[in-house]
Amino acid sequence: MTIAFSEEAEAKIKEYEKRYPTKRGALIPVLKLAQKEFGYISQDVMRLVAERLGLPESAVINTATFYTMLYKEPVGKFHIQVCTNVSCYLNGSDMIVDAVREKLGINMGETTPDGMFSLEGVQCLAACGNAPAMQVNEDYYESLTPEKVVKIIDELKQKGGDQ
Amino acid sequence: MNTSQYTPVLLRSRPDRDYKKLDTHLAYGGMRAVRRALRMKPEEVVETVKKASLRGRGGAGFPTGMKWSFVPKRHDKPVYVTVNADEGEPGTFKDRYFLENDPFPVLEGTIITSYAVGCHTAYIYIRGEFFKGIRVMEDAIKQLYKRGYLGKNILGSGFSLDIYVQPGAGAYVCGEETGLLESIEGKPGRPRNKPPFPAVVGLFGGPTIINNVETMADVRLIFDLGAEKFLSMGLPKDGGPKIYGISGHVVKPGLYEAPMGTNLKSLIYDYAGGIRNGKQLKAVIPGGLSTPVLKPDEIDISMDFDSVRAAGSMMGSGGIIVMDEDTCLPEVLKRVTAFYHHESCGQCTPCREGTSWMDRIMDKIIAGKGEKGDIDQMLRVAKQIMGKTICALGDAAAMPVIGFLTKYREEFEAYIENGGCSH
Repeated sequence: MTIAFSEEAEAKIKEYEKRYPTKRGALIPVLKLAQKEFGYISQDVMRLVAERLGLPESAVINTATFYTMLYKEPVGKFHIQVCTNVSCYLNGSDMIVDAVREKLGINMGETTPDGMFSLEGVQCLAACGNAPAMQVNEDYYESLTPEKVVKIIDELKQKGGDQ
Repeated sequence: MNTSQYTPVLLRSRPDRDYKKLDTHLAYGGMRAVRRALRMKPEEVVETVKKASLRGRGGAGFPTGMKWSFVPKRHDKPVYVTVNADEGEPGTFKDRYFLENDPFPVLEGTIITSYAVGCHTAYIYIRGEFFKGIRVMEDAIKQLYKRGYLGKNILGSGFSLDIYVQPGAGAYVCGEETGLLESIEGKPGRPRNKPPFPAVVGLFGGPTIINNVETMADVRLIFDLGAEKFLSMGLPKDGGPKIYGISGHVVKPGLYEAPMGTNLKSLIYDYAGGIRNGKQLKAVIPGGLSTPVLKPDEIDISMDFDSVRAAGSMMGSGGIIVMDEDTCLPEVLKRVTAFYHHESCGQCTPCREGTSWMDRIMDKIIAGKGEKGDIDQMLRVAKQIMGKTICALGDAAAMPVIGFLTKYREEFEAYIENGGCSH
């Protein structure tokens, strides 16, 4: 499969390249951009990034596989990440995880068959003052209750169906 | 105690003022600190910060001015400043406040720091999960360029500086300063051996100063209020105000700004309203997940770097986690071991293997299959990690395990005996 960066992405890559004295400096911003373009970091994407930045493929694989936010497998259209660390645990994060599992019928690390939702535990989101918390794609949801979670998922479903 | 006598100077955000707009910031004394610093000689800027007794707010409490003075006078590579906004220490949520609500004090501090150490390119390394913080910070930087506070010849001073936002990609260890540098260089964030320290050989081989977000806001404060005033807001060897984050079983969890050295018990009971639902206190983690737990009779202490150390723990980031009498501590410790197991970067054997073993033993205990020797086995593993790794993550993983198992041993023994907590 041949894939290519969009024009907008290409313009951004040029901007990133100017920020660092080495070619590899731009790698993480470019991988993040690639993830936005292609959904996740497949082997093809790693090859494309290596070619574009003039880096050995091994360097790109080395970096891409180290970071949890660079997805090597596709995730749901709405990627739900529930914090399970101590401050959230003390405020009932287990009930939040259960509410998501029950509502969507999936376990941690799974995606719904329609590809709409995926669920993952996440480490401290720095939302401890408003625990329990979760993140869906780029948005935070704080001071959660199981009821709120069900409502949020219903709203996301609506949004996902509209697109 | 009346907690309202103190007027916050860091947590100044209020609903009717949008501090994300440069005009709002300017209307309330914004950029005054930068103007003042740029009129001084760089050495005077460093001296002023030393005089203010500012100690780094990332967790280690190293004197900021002294750190800056480690940059060699002669160097053939560019000097860099990086702001550590990779806030990930569980229980810590203060830096996110600045990134999302009040970015300019941090950027002022970054400009002042860069001027002091002769840096012309600075990176703000923001945790990847902070999408909003990244957007707000990028927009704030744009506003500063537009008005001549960044770029070439800032305010006609002859000093030039570019600031870039560097997004993280999900790795707690990148909060370790050399892991952070590796990450900016596009590599896995595996911490470097020290020495050489970053101030001598850091980012892209150049001398590099790495400071926490809150530290940067404090630098701005020093030049806004004056070093004497800043110093007087804290302790003689630990100046300024401090942001404490209180979470867990308290009536009013949240961020509280108070003088450095405010009493820990007072922070929990006076500021955060005490324990929820009239319960009794069981345990307090004083400064982020990696700091050893304190028992209720150990919290009548001053929350500053030296005092908490003297009490056998650390102030760390000032992220206080409060647990009430009903808390099942083995369940809590399971979250702790899972975290460090997940976040160990894997390059040092004691940490990679040790965090994995501690987490597996906790799994066994939680599954009701704990055995008599498990507690001592975990303590042995933890002690084998301590001091034997390249970076502080190893110690950070071992210290809470030693703390919980030593101070609350009976509860862990009972859990193993009964296959669960009694309530």
